[in-house]
Amino acid sequence: MNPVFRHIAFFLTFVMMLLVPAWACAQDTTNVADESQAAAEEEKFDAKSFIFGHTGDAYCFHITEIKGKPICVWLPVIMKCKDGGSWHCFSSKHVCELKEGETYEHNGARFYVASINAEKYPGKLVEVKADGSLSRPFDISFTKNAFGIFLVCIFMLAFFIPAAKMYKKDPMAKPTKYQGLVEWLTYMVLDGIIRPNIPEKKVNKFAPYLLTVFFFIFFANLFGLIPFFPFSANVTGNLSITIVLALLTFFFVNAFGNKHYWKEIFWPDVPVFLKAFPLMPIIEVISAIIKPFALMVRLFANILAGHIVIMVLMGLIFIIGGMYGVGMGSVTSVISIFMTIFMFALELLVAYIQAYVFTILSSLFIGLAQQEPEHE
Amino acid sequence: MDLFLPESGLVIWMLIAFLVVFAILAKVAWPMIMGGVEKRNTHIAESLLAAEEANNALAGIEQKKQETLAATQAEQIRIMKESQDLKAQVIEEAKVQARQEAEKIVAEARLKIEKEQAEAMAQIKNEVIALSVDIAEKLLQRELSDKQAQNAYIEQLLKDNPPRIEA
Repeated sequence: MNPVFRHIAFFLTFVMMLLVPAWACAQDTTNVADESQAAAEEEKFDAKSFIFGHTGDAYCFHITEIKGKPICVWLPVIMKCKDGGSWHCFSSKHVCELKEGETYEHNGARFYVASINAEKYPGKLVEVKADGSLSRPFDISFTKNAFGIFLVCIFMLAFFIPAAKMYKKDPMAKPTKYQGLVEWLTYMVLDGIIRPNIPEKKVNKFAPYLLTVFFFIFFANLFGLIPFFPFSANVTGNLSITIVLALLTFFFVNAFGNKHYWKEIFWPDVPVFLKAFPLMPIIEVISAIIKPFALMVRLFANILAGHIVIMVLMGLIFIIGGMYGVGMGSVTSVISIFMTIFMFALELLVAYIQAYVFTILSSLFIGLAQQEPEHE
Repeated sequence: MDLFLPESGLVIWMLIAFLVVFAILAKVAWPMIMGGVEKRNTHIAESLLAAEEANNALAGIEQKKQETLAATQAEQIRIMKESQDLKAQVIEEAKVQARQEAEKIVAEARLKIEKEQAEAMAQIKNEVIALSVDIAEKLLQRELSDKQAQNAYIEQLLKDNPPRIEA
């Protein structure tokens, strides 16, 4: 097809998509005054709970709703009440289906999930004590994000172990296409990220951690973008996950740091008065802590921001629809969907870039802690 | 906002899951994949080197073959030439020998002829002697004084006894 003609066809399609809802809008105007107002009263769109409900953690894995009934995967709630309380373990079905003001009683304790707009413990499971006060139990529920973590972990095991077995069986055999994929991914990280930053002798020591981190983040990011069960959990956009990854990098940097590294922190080559009054050591210690902190925040913020932008673009349809009626909402939806497609493409890029950045900085920090002094 | 506070339960799940996956992959996956690829890389590098060596060796063999072929051809030409020479020589020799043989035969034949001639001469001589003796005997028997008569008589004798010389 002629490219100019194709552009015109695309443009016309786009205009028609905008016109159809506008026409619907015109049809709608007669009764928009009474009906839409009533509908808005009835079910006001709550952007905050919509956005944070989707990007945050949850006790059940909400799939969809059919005729007002939620279709969920009920994940287990596991927790221990504060102040010597007992352990509780039950299906999240009991607490997720509660109506406003209701509580669920389990083994003599009463629980409910606080609303996402609540002042205290928003979106979390809280225990209602006998005197009516709220308390947050020690909560190790297998939540939506925990489910997401396990999904990524299982996928990684299932993806890499068969390839490893093939290599173990016969490394000289002609590699299969699947092996080629695994090899390509692995060596992309190994040769592109790890080897330039870590001394050659130490590569075998640190490569397993860095490879695992890279693929964990990469797959978690990608799975987070797939908008249906069992994916869609916002794993890497959650601080609890990135803090663990950052702490592990912190551990690998400092636990294996050599003499030179520690000397550079506590007794660097600067005038004595700078280190006798421990200015430089303090700065160096702070920098050692800030490095993983930055890793943690960078990954978390990038992924969360991407998800929030997508949710906002989606929510915009309902916000506009709520304000100006169904017609305007439909017009917005066309624009929103195009922008969301753009955002998804961008997020695909970000999914890789953030995994890449986290891994390259981790290997850089680990590599710096392994450096030998230049003059000797 | 709780969004910026890590959740202890999720931290625990994450720590456990990630460390388990890390341990498993570090034990059974990464070293195998890296080792396998490394092994294959070395194998390929070695194979390429070996192939190059084999190629070089093959080139040497090819050259040697050409040399051998040339040498063989030269040898063939030499042998053919030699055999031709030999043939000519043999023919020459045979000719010489034949000539010698022929000469020998001719000489022998001549010798035989001479011998036979001598024998014939001897026989003639004997015949002549015997005839002479016969005539002399007859002459003596008639004791003729008459010289004319004697000659007539010799003539008659010769007529009566023609010499028996065989050709």
